[in-house]
Amino acid sequence: MDATQLAHKANDIRKDILVMITEAGSGHPGGSLSCTDILTALYFGGVLDHDAADPKKPGRDRFILAKGHAAPALYATLAHAGYFPTEELVTLRKLGTRLQGHPDSNLVPGVEVSTGSLGQGLSVAAGLACGLRLSGEEGHVFTVLGDGECEEGQVWEAAMFAAHQKLGRLVAIIDNNELQIDGCIHDVCDPGDLGAKFAAFGWDVREVDGHDIPALVDVLSAAKAADGEAPVCIVAHTVKGKGVSFMENQAGWHGKAPKPEELETALAELAAQAE
Amino acid sequence: MVKLASPEAAAQTKKATRAALGATLAELADAGVPVVAVDADLTGSTTTKKLADAGHADRLFNCGIAEQNMVDVAAGLSLAGNVAFTGSFAVFGTGRAYDQIRNTVCYSNLNVKIAPTHAGISVGPDGGSHQMLEDVALMRGLPGMRVLVPADFAAARAAIKLAAATPGPVYVRMGRAAVPCVYDDDVELEIGRAYVLREGTDVTIVANGVEIREALAAADALAAEGIAAEVIDAFSVKPLDGETIAASLAKTRCAVVAEEHSVNGGLGSAVCELAAEACPVPVERVGVRDRFGKSGEFEELLAYFSIDAAAIVDAVKKAVSRKGLC
Repeated sequence: MDATQLAHKANDIRKDILVMITEAGSGHPGGSLSCTDILTALYFGGVLDHDAADPKKPGRDRFILAKGHAAPALYATLAHAGYFPTEELVTLRKLGTRLQGHPDSNLVPGVEVSTGSLGQGLSVAAGLACGLRLSGEEGHVFTVLGDGECEEGQVWEAAMFAAHQKLGRLVAIIDNNELQIDGCIHDVCDPGDLGAKFAAFGWDVREVDGHDIPALVDVLSAAKAADGEAPVCIVAHTVKGKGVSFMENQAGWHGKAPKPEELETALAELAAQAE
Repeated sequence: MVKLASPEAAAQTKKATRAALGATLAELADAGVPVVAVDADLTGSTTTKKLADAGHADRLFNCGIAEQNMVDVAAGLSLAGNVAFTGSFAVFGTGRAYDQIRNTVCYSNLNVKIAPTHAGISVGPDGGSHQMLEDVALMRGLPGMRVLVPADFAAARAAIKLAAATPGPVYVRMGRAAVPCVYDDDVELEIGRAYVLREGTDVTIVANGVEIREALAAADALAAEGIAAEVIDAFSVKPLDGETIAASLAKTRCAVVAEEHSVNGGLGSAVCELAAEACPVPVERVGVRDRFGKSGEFEELLAYFSIDAAAIVDAVKKAVSRKGLC
């Protein structure tokens, strides 16, 4: 896809995220919208080697959404990529759905492992990278974690382990929107300069505008091509609620569903952006 | 009936269940089973180091002192097709990493085996902070988790092989202290089966782990007093062999459950649940009574916490006296 097509894809995914959360009556729009462009770059920018027709394809790249509450973004991305019908998206969070409030790997094709309890995804990704190396598989392991999630101590256990194991095929992307449920991360319990911290733990750190999709494709592709000894951390500077004016940079939209009239306003804004 | 050790072997051989961990993993790796071990700075104590010593250093991952990471690294290794065993001590390997075991291993139904050592009071002088008495309760409550508590080295070896051969999460509980052997070296066990080690008609003693030898000793003492005790090894706490145990309860009409664990939530609770639903008879629980452990030698602590053969004898007499009263 070219830059315009990628922008349209991200715009479509954002609309679906808002429709499905409104329909569900609950969910996490803010952090879903902040990582939408990252997921678009991974799945539609030619970064991930994956196959919707064969979700368990040997040698594929693996993706783990550590910040599992952004499930709507992952579900919409996977549906658009062909893992399941987009019509199913509106079943989010309803009894009997495959699309649980947080991703369940036993139900959804393309979800490698269940997530939702923060702080665990980076460890799983590191273990998976060890396992792929042990069996001589080609794939890279990508994971998206939240900046608020980095307040979990386990993230730093994993950071230490991954650098020690020289997991050059592990790429951690931080959705750095600077907000968490209770407010600004610097006010709640400041994790400090995350790029500097990962660098201090021995990671190869890169920074990017997390809403510039071509730039994301470039930095992700470069991380994949690097194949050095250090695991790669990409700090993606993002805006929580990106794309919807009244949600942007508002911690209050972390875990709240829009009302139907708010959805109309949001969809109209996104439609205008697509033109 | 499973094959028991000869009386000579039982008298002479003492070996810790933890010694089975590294040795059996090495045996499995030698046979081409894709086992990996993930430990947290305790590879010598848990014996996972033996996997590396046997020429499989690439299959042993040391996370340092980081048990939460240990469990999720094992989860990741399993996603790449490995049969992943975690180590550490039971108190840290379950309690400190409970959320990782629940939300990643069990919720995703991954091929991870939680196999810590130093469970219960077998860790002795280290004291209450290290004596894990609630692990079976924690693990038994998790959907999809199987819980195995082997009695001796041979049973631990069999349990580890079973865990490796069974897809999905399995908990194998091992101890630090050397204990006499109960089973023949080549014993094979099945998940979900309980084994009648000694037949009797007056009372059923259900036990597992180190309490098997206490139960057998109690049965000898009771026989001298004319009480015929049936001794059952419920090494598979979950799934529990309800059929074998309920059949025994129906015959003897009372039971004692003995475990090196809290009386809350472990085998004692499991047998009470079974009795209530399948065969309501009096059940006495022998275990640590809702308290933390204490420093002391393992053998001393068995008596101190009233979980030795003498305590089982007392509990049997109480259970027998309550027959027909409920």
